[in-house]
Amino acid sequence: MKRFFAFVRKEFHHVFRDPKTMLLLFGVPVAQILLFGFALTNEIKNAHIIITDNAQDIASKQIAAKLAANTNFITHQKQLNPQQIEETFRQGKVKLVVIFPPNFNHDLLHLQKAQVQIIADASDPNTANTLTTYATAIIMDYQKQLWQNTNLPLSIHTDMRMIYNPELKGITNFVPGVMALVLMLICVLMTSVSIVREKELGTMEVLLVSPFNAVLVVISKAVPYFFLSLVNLTVILLLSVLVMGMPVAGSWVLLYAISALFILTALSLGLLISNVTNSQQTAMLISLMGMLLPTLIFTGFMFPIENMPLPLQVMSNIFPSKWYYIIVKNVMIKGLGFTAIWKETLILLTATLLLMTISIAKFKTRLA
Amino acid sequence: MSNPQAVIWADKLSKHFGEFVAVNQISFSVQKGEIFGFLGANGAGKTTAMRMLCGLLLPTSGSAAIAGYDVYTQTEQIKQNIGYMSQRFSLYEDLTVAENIRFFGGIYGLPDKQLKLKTDELLHTLQLHTEAKTLVSALPLGWKQKLAFSVAILHEPAIVFLDEPTGGVDPITRRQFWDLIYAAAQQGITLFVTTHYMDEAEYCNRICMLVDGEIKALDTPANLKKQHQAQTMDDVFYHLARTAKRTAD
Repeated sequence: MKRFFAFVRKEFHHVFRDPKTMLLLFGVPVAQILLFGFALTNEIKNAHIIITDNAQDIASKQIAAKLAANTNFITHQKQLNPQQIEETFRQGKVKLVVIFPPNFNHDLLHLQKAQVQIIADASDPNTANTLTTYATAIIMDYQKQLWQNTNLPLSIHTDMRMIYNPELKGITNFVPGVMALVLMLICVLMTSVSIVREKELGTMEVLLVSPFNAVLVVISKAVPYFFLSLVNLTVILLLSVLVMGMPVAGSWVLLYAISALFILTALSLGLLISNVTNSQQTAMLISLMGMLLPTLIFTGFMFPIENMPLPLQVMSNIFPSKWYYIIVKNVMIKGLGFTAIWKETLILLTATLLLMTISIAKFKTRLA
Repeated sequence: MSNPQAVIWADKLSKHFGEFVAVNQISFSVQKGEIFGFLGANGAGKTTAMRMLCGLLLPTSGSAAIAGYDVYTQTEQIKQNIGYMSQRFSLYEDLTVAENIRFFGGIYGLPDKQLKLKTDELLHTLQLHTEAKTLVSALPLGWKQKLAFSVAILHEPAIVFLDEPTGGVDPITRRQFWDLIYAAAQQGITLFVTTHYMDEAEYCNRICMLVDGEIKALDTPANLKKQHQAQTMDDVFYHLARTAKRTAD
């Protein structure tokens, strides 16, 4: 254990003495979070929506049919009470619920005024905004047809509710995204360079000749980055709470615990890259091109995964950041507990153990 | 071939890299406390041979033992008994002198008290007291090499392997470096040194000339000069190396 600490101390020295490392560690996250101040809008196709039709009359059925005919939506007819609606949203698959009150057609014809309620999951504000706009447009279109057919000023009022993020702050979307991206970038890039640097400098030979355990060489490399990443995480969260005014709805402890797990996943990946490459440049290239870009694309915070062709959707599953992003959204924005995220947590845990095992197994105790 | 007195012995040890035979059936033994020089041109196979003995490379064929431990199966025991200074500079440039000493002492598991004692002793011998908090990258090359050697013997190994330890340093510093080597030999440490400086060959108890991966001569410097009727080791080397077919890498 003493030998291990000697090693860890040395790794901390390496990190703190390299200004480039420090800049990358702490400059990038701050820059990212401040620069990502705008959100991206994208057309959304095949979003799952639920229609709760309490009226079951001609007008409600005609509107439901129009919604179902639209390519943006895949509609499901279900009678849900308010509590069930909440539960449906928690599962995360359904993005929108359209509710017709009883006597919808009756109100429309006799009071010349009827109400439709639209509830959207605004934890992803872009999607929520776009989907409610689509739905409202379809209903307005129906209203226009009614005017032409009846010559009466019948109006359908849409009552919109955004749950989880009523003010539709774009930041809710990008904070979890930036967290996933930054932690992935820092941890993978930094550690991927760390072992290979010793190979390049020749100090690895000396370590291999020493009686120091190879497994500990690998693990002690990850220790400083683990702690620094937790500091980083704190910086990101403080920035988003204090500067961007975005609260953490769920448990801070859970958020930190899951983030620590994700950091370990990323570190293991970085160590694996470092173990199988022979130059710092190769290691960096693999981490940047092989990891950063796919992470950006497949995490789901820039481009909705639902819109991608099926093969790409399947592919997105192998990127740990996707699962972390889902967890952070659930905990940070929706305020959900562990029961809502255990599946994703299990995936991350499995990935970490797998990557760690491979990278230790791949560590060469001889030169060739 | 087994020799109970020998701390290093090799029997028909070979290393092939694909078609290329880097080291071809070398056999020799080194006694305790001896300064054993491994001489040869660049690319003669010196480093490869040394790496096999340290457990860094697996031999293709032949057998070898270090301090009585087999290089194929007992590398962990070998590691406990040897020190190593690689051809490339082997300390951490971004750590200070004291931090490097502490780190290498640490990974060899030296107790704190002993480590502190050793550090003081080492800094005193090298006259580096004022530089303990200096980053190693700021030291002149000669000092770095001396420091690297002192760190390699910090844990008092039975055998130290030095791979071209004096590459690129001036003659005066080289002389000082050899003083350190003599001091270590006096403590009973066995030294295995590779070099291509022929003047350094004179400092060794026995030397082994490696040409194209094969041992062409093995004896004391005096005997070798007599055998080849040469004035200096330089002449002996030219005489032997003429037969080399390999080009330096």
